[in-house]
Amino acid sequence: MTRRELIEAIATRRPNLPRREVEHAVNEIFKAMVDVLRRGERIEIRGFGSFVVKRRAARVGLNPRTGAAVHVPAKWTPFFKAGKEIRERVDADHAAAESPATACHGAPRADPLRRVG
Amino acid sequence: MTKAEIVDRVVEEVGWGRRDVGETVDLVFEMIKSRLENGETVKLSGFGNFFVLEKKPRRGRNPQTGESLTLRGRRVLSFKASPVLKAEINGEESAGHEAEPGPNSDD
Repeated sequence: MTRRELIEAIATRRPNLPRREVEHAVNEIFKAMVDVLRRGERIEIRGFGSFVVKRRAARVGLNPRTGAAVHVPAKWTPFFKAGKEIRERVDADHAAAESPATACHGAPRADPLRRVG
Repeated sequence: MTKAEIVDRVVEEVGWGRRDVGETVDLVFEMIKSRLENGETVKLSGFGNFFVLEKKPRRGRNPQTGESLTLRGRRVLSFKASPVLKAEINGEESAGHEAEPGPNSDD
């Protein structure tokens, strides 16, 4: 799904709201999030996850092709950590294959595991 | 920032009532979650991509007891920030929405 499809889907679900305004609103949501991260602050959305910005120290890297050392400057990198609800929903198929008693990952099991993909 | 603050911001920018904005913000995140739940990738240009990774089962070890065990295969949610977002965070000019990866983007 792309941003455009997301806007389309929201507009369909909220027929009482003008489509152009739905587009504006969805875009503002992500703009607001970008602005917050730009200030270095964290975002926390319950059930979805949190975004934090971490500092990456300057380092000397190697050009993989030439082997030459290059200075890589310090920079800030955004990270996302999935919230509990979405983590569980994404993994629901696999978790359901476990018996309730051993449902948490890391639980021992004897039988060969189902491999997906 | 929390969802309530996102709602405040959108109320200010779009001029809807809090109720409509609140429901729309909830709908946006719920929609993203339901797509991801189905294993679909969600691409938000200028922000980043959310996608589901398949983790294979592997042998692990209980660090407390040293006992060896098998970790089951899992599906985990992952996020890759867009070059535009990375540039914004580093205070660089981003050439608009679909900016080319800049000199500082590592991919």
